[in-house]
Order: sequence, then structure tokens, then C-alpha cells
Amino acid sequence: MKNSVSNTARLLAAGLRALLVLTLVTGVAYPLVVTGAAQALFPGKADGSQVSADGRVVGSSLIGQSYNLPLKAGQETPEPDLKWFQGRPANGLGENTLNTQYRLIVSGATNLAADNPELVGQVKAAQAAVIRDNSVPGSPVRREDVPADAVTSSGSGLDPHISPEYARLQVGRVAHENGLSVVRVRELVDRHTEGRTLGFIGEPAVNVLELNIALKQLLAKS
Amino acid sequence: MGPTTAGVLQALALIGALAVAHVPLGNHMARVYSSDRHWRVEKWIYKGIGADPDTQMRWTAYLRGVLAFSVAGVLFLYLLQRLQGVLPGSLGFDAVAPAQAFNTAASFVANTNWQSYSGEQTMGHVVQTAGLAVQNFVSAAVGMAVAVALVRGFARTRGGELGNFWSDLVRGVTRVLVPLAVVGALVLVACGVVQNFSGIHEVGQFMGGSQQWNGGAVASQEVIKELGTNGGGYFNANSAHPFENPTAFTNLFEVFLILLIPVALTRTFGVMAGSVRQGYAILAAMATIWVGFVALMMWTELAHHGPALQAAGGAMEGKELRFGIGGSSLFAVSTTLTSTGAVDSFHSSYTGLGGGIALLGMMLGEIAPGGVGSGLYGMLIMAVVAVFIAGLMVGRTPEYLGKKIGPREIKLAAVYILITPALVLVFTALSLALPTPPHSMLNPGAHGFSEVLYAFTSAANNNGSAFAGLNANTDWFNTTTGLAMLLGRFLPMVFVLALAGSLAGQRPVPVTAGTLRTEKPMFTGLLVGAILIIVGLTYFPALALGPLAEGLA
Repeated sequence: MKNSVSNTARLLAAGLRALLVLTLVTGVAYPLVVTGAAQALFPGKADGSQVSADGRVVGSSLIGQSYNLPLKAGQETPEPDLKWFQGRPANGLGENTLNTQYRLIVSGATNLAADNPELVGQVKAAQAAVIRDNSVPGSPVRREDVPADAVTSSGSGLDPHISPEYARLQVGRVAHENGLSVVRVRELVDRHTEGRTLGFIGEPAVNVLELNIALKQLLAKS
Repeated sequence: MGPTTAGVLQALALIGALAVAHVPLGNHMARVYSSDRHWRVEKWIYKGIGADPDTQMRWTAYLRGVLAFSVAGVLFLYLLQRLQGVLPGSLGFDAVAPAQAFNTAASFVANTNWQSYSGEQTMGHVVQTAGLAVQNFVSAAVGMAVAVALVRGFARTRGGELGNFWSDLVRGVTRVLVPLAVVGALVLVACGVVQNFSGIHEVGQFMGGSQQWNGGAVASQEVIKELGTNGGGYFNANSAHPFENPTAFTNLFEVFLILLIPVALTRTFGVMAGSVRQGYAILAAMATIWVGFVALMMWTELAHHGPALQAAGGAMEGKELRFGIGGSSLFAVSTTLTSTGAVDSFHSSYTGLGGGIALLGMMLGEIAPGGVGSGLYGMLIMAVVAVFIAGLMVGRTPEYLGKKIGPREIKLAAVYILITPALVLVFTALSLALPTPPHSMLNPGAHGFSEVLYAFTSAANNNGSAFAGLNANTDWFNTTTGLAMLLGRFLPMVFVLALAGSLAGQRPVPVTAGTLRTEKPMFTGLLVGAILIIVGLTYFPALALGPLAEGLA
């Protein structure tokens, strides 16, 4: 009995030593080597693909943002600023509940089921809002024109893209709100529409932050 | 080009890349686990461990090594999280609460990576890189070691020795996982995955003001998370987060990483067992199931049944635009047919049948192609059962790879198969019978049941993905899923190693005209059929209550 206890202790000690040695290899040396190489070879990307406009950092080309008006008194959810192209809904995005000395974004999805009435309600409300916001005099938006990505929350809540269909749907409104011609805004969207990688990987997409930066530059010029 | 064509082409590209890559990698791993030579750095490691890497172990000694190493892993990772509040380099984050720390330690050591926490607000740099990422490597290496031990059981004649656990563990890390991970991490960074230690910092926003970002060693963890079929995300949104998976290309690359080692191990098996065609027969069974599941998943997601998805006009809830339906379906099938559990889209918002396909993938025991190591040994156990069924049909003592499958062997295989379903069904039933656990469900109706069923299926099969609406951060779920993960990982390993020991002690029987040709397509068909029937019979009632009820409503 005594023998087996000491055998077990010896074995556990060997297990612990193996873990500590392998922690040095995979938990210290490996991440430091990769970080060093990443920072040397791809510094901008390793730090989050930050983009600047007018001489200041305005976010990351990879991370979706909201383009809302400031909250008015008594409002709980801010209204979208219709001057700018809008991204996808992000009903699953949260704020941190732990370590609240920081104000962190907690990425996430709604996780609502396809047959959950709450999700049906969210989708229909989003559809109504898209139709209301984007119908400009003379060119109303029909329900069947609203693409799925405009009314569903992404997986991360940080999706930086919208579909080319949703971007084109917003052209009339953005032109109207900014006093620009539809043709010029449409051209902007076309220029920012990325096809599939190598023609078949992923889906065609428009990066909303990059599009809005280009729009801002266009406004500054005109 | 429509999304369907693009999805099919992505699947074909993936198959092509794996067909090319698995041969050299499989051959390399066969050499790694057969070589007598030690690298200098490995000798230092063995000195540090205090183990002789050349001592041959019988199955009991091999198992003791696995268990001692894993117990040490659970204790160390638990302590690291509990001490986070006083550890430097932890962003000032608090210690993780005890139940959650136990759950997370069990989860990462068991290669499950179920997460009841949100990474960005819970885990600082030190716990992520020196705790969680380390288990991403070593739990994968343990799985590979056990698979190789089983292959040696088939390949070796008499003696009953299975190799040396410490040597297999260390070589899996130094010669397979670390080199691949370094290359893969740099590919990911080149595409936009972040890799820094800048902690939490302010970044400006377009509309003015700023937001706080959580930097970290993400790429180095992301790559081993996929390569080691682990699945634990740096961020809460896992591989849907643009900093973990920024482009459609990285998405396909990550799916490739998930499938790479499990597929290559079939080659390793063939080479070590002395017949690469035996490896191909196993790979063909895996590929058949994977292709079938991909086709079904793409079909149901593109058809987008379900009231909310119909209203939206597409199954884009919980999916990222850059991946689309095709890329998301490929990821979802590959992550649940392996023990990965990383997600690039949220399975809970898939169509009812799509969620069911993800669930069924895990219920198959994650063998197509399965987790690193665990996929191969799981599939070989199913092959033993298939051989046994064939033997019953013709009234011959079944053999596989020249070893007799006698009463002892078939008992060990049968118990192996029973462990996970027992854990899944008992824990699910208990959770539903007790008054408080159902309060964790987010969705009403059949989907709420599916959330609980999914949680225990994922835990006991060491997957780690979730119908993530379920609030799993309760004492009940932290404790029960923690137990299900540990028992679902290490109990089956006991029976695998016992089987390996029993096989390694046998003299091979000569091949005769009456031997079942296990390298032929007929055997592949028999194997796939046996898997589907055994799993179907086990889980059909539970599936009928959850995803089938939702999907066919």
C-alpha cells in the first residue's frame, strides 16, 4: 500500500515536470517566437489592421462598427445616422460583466433558434426599419429587395461587411441624405465591392468602414 | 457563380489540398513515432521529466503515464486560473470562480475546449498563452500518442509492448505540432489575425470616441486550436470573430487545419500497419461520411427552413457575411465531425435540421475524420465492431489486420462504444428532471431540449461547440459538463489501451482465402453502415425530441 502511494506520487511528479517543461516550449518560447516573427513581418496586421482617416485611427478594417446618432435623452437604443452606410444588426453583441474596470466589447451571436418567435420579431422589425430608412421619394424599397444579411445578426456581432445587395439598397438614401448624386454614390459602392477570393472562396462583400471613409472623403471634396 | 457552386468548389478545393498534404505528413508521422533517434532538445526535455524515453511500456504503464500527465494538467490549469488575480501579465483580471475554473481545466485537458466563459473578459495573457494554449498542444499530443499505441498493438507481434508514452508525447509536440503551428500562425497573421501583447487599449472609432480592444497572442493560439482539434476561442465569438478568422481564405485554411492531422493519421496507420491500403479503407469511410454531411448541411442551410429564416430570406442569422452559407457549412460539419468545436457561425441559429446534423456528427463519436488521435482510435474501434459483425454473418472468428478479435477484444470495444452515449443521455435526462437546470435554456420548445442535449453530446464527445444560448456558467452545468468531459476523454482511453495491449500480445494469424479483406471498398461500406446503425439506434429517440421535431415542424 505504502509502495503504491509512493509510486503514484512519483508518477504524478513526472507528469507535473513534463507539463512544466512542455509549458516552457509551447507556452513561453512558441508564442514569443511567433509574436516576434509576426511583429517583424506583418506589424500592421499583427496589431489589428487599424485604419486611419484624417490623420486619426478610426478603427480596424476587420471589425464592424455602429454608425449611430448620439443617444438623445430618454432613448435606450440609438438611431442610425442615415448619412452613413449601415452595417448588419448585432443583437448578440454584449458588454463585459466581469473585470468592469474596463469597458470591453464581448463578441457573440443571438443564438436564437430559427423557430423562436423572438427572432421572427427581430427580423421583421429590422425589415421594417430598413424599408422605412431607405425608401426615398420616388423610389420605395420593397420587402423582397431587403437581403438576409440586412436583417440578421452576424456570428461575432462585429461583421465588418454587408452584401453588395444591401450596400446598393442604401445608395439612394445615402445620396439623398448627403446631397450627392446617386450615380456617384453607386460608383463608390461598386468600387468597394470585393468579389470572392480566387473567384470561389467566400461571398462577395462590401467593407462598411472603408466605404464610409471613402464617402467622407468624397463629401470633403464636393 | 451562385453560393451553391462556390460552396461545392470550396469543398472540392479542401479535398484536393488534403489529398496532397496527407501523404507526406502521414509518412512523416509514421517516421516520428518509429524512429530510435532523439533530438537534442528532446533529450533535455526527457532529462527535465526524469523519464527514460527508450523503456518499452505495457498498456498499464502507458495508461498510467497518460493519466498522471493529465491529472497534473488539470491541477496546474485550475491553479493558474484561481491565481490569475495575483499573476503578473494578466491585465488585472480577477481570479476565475472555482466551478468555472474546474470546468475550464477539465475542458482543455480533455481536448474539449468547452467554454462557459467569454475569453475577452475573463482570461488574461498568462492564462491564455501559458495555460490554455499549452493544453491545446499537449492534449492533442496525448490523443495522437494513444492512437499510435493502438496502431502498434495491431502492428506488433507478441510481447504486448506499446512504446513509450513520454517519447510519443514529446515527439508529437516537437516534431509534429510545433513546426506546423509556427508556419500556420504566420499564414494567419499575414491574413489579419492579431498577434501582440498590447493588452487592452483604446482605439478610435469612425463616429468619434473610442472603444477598448483586447489584444493578445491570438494567431499562435488560433492555429493550434484548429490543428489540435481543440476549439477553444480566444474571443467569445470563437472563429466568427474577425481577429481570429478575418477572411474567407482564412476560413477555408482553418477548416483545412482542422482536418489535416486526423486525415494524415490514416496514412500513418497504413504505413505502420504495413499496408497503406488499410489506411485508405479507413480514410474512405471517413470521407464518405464527411462528404455526405457537407452535402446535407449545405442543402438544408441554403433551403433555410424555419419561420425566422424564411422571413429573413436566408439562413444568415449567426453567420458572417464573408464566409457565407457555403464556408459556414463546411466549418460546422468539419468542427463537429472532429473533436474541434471551434465555430465560425452559431449552430443554435442554424435550421432545425442543420443543428441536428451538427449534433449527429458529434454523436457518431467524432470519427470522420475525428479528433487528432481520437478520430483514428475511435474509427479503429468501429472497424473492430464491423469486423465482428461480418464474422457473425459467416460464422468465423473475426480478424482485423492479422489479429484475432476474441471475446476480450470485442468486450473492450463494446464498452468503449457505450461510454459516451451513457454519459450524454444520463446527464441530459438528469438536467431535465431536476427543477433548476432547465432555467439555463434560452430558446423555448424542442430547441431548448436540443440545447441541453447538445451540451452533453459536445462535452462527452470532447467537441466543445454549443448551442450557445444555454447559460452553461452555473454550478450544475460547470460541474456536470466538466465530469462528462473528463470521463468522456479518459475512460475510453482506458479501453483503447487495454485493447492495444491485448492485441500486441497476440501472434498474427496468417491471411487465408477466408479472411475478410478489410482494405476493400466492401469493408468501407460495411464500416459506414455499422457506424450509422449503431449511432442511429442509440440516439434516435433523443434526436426525435430535439432537432427532428424542430426541423420537420
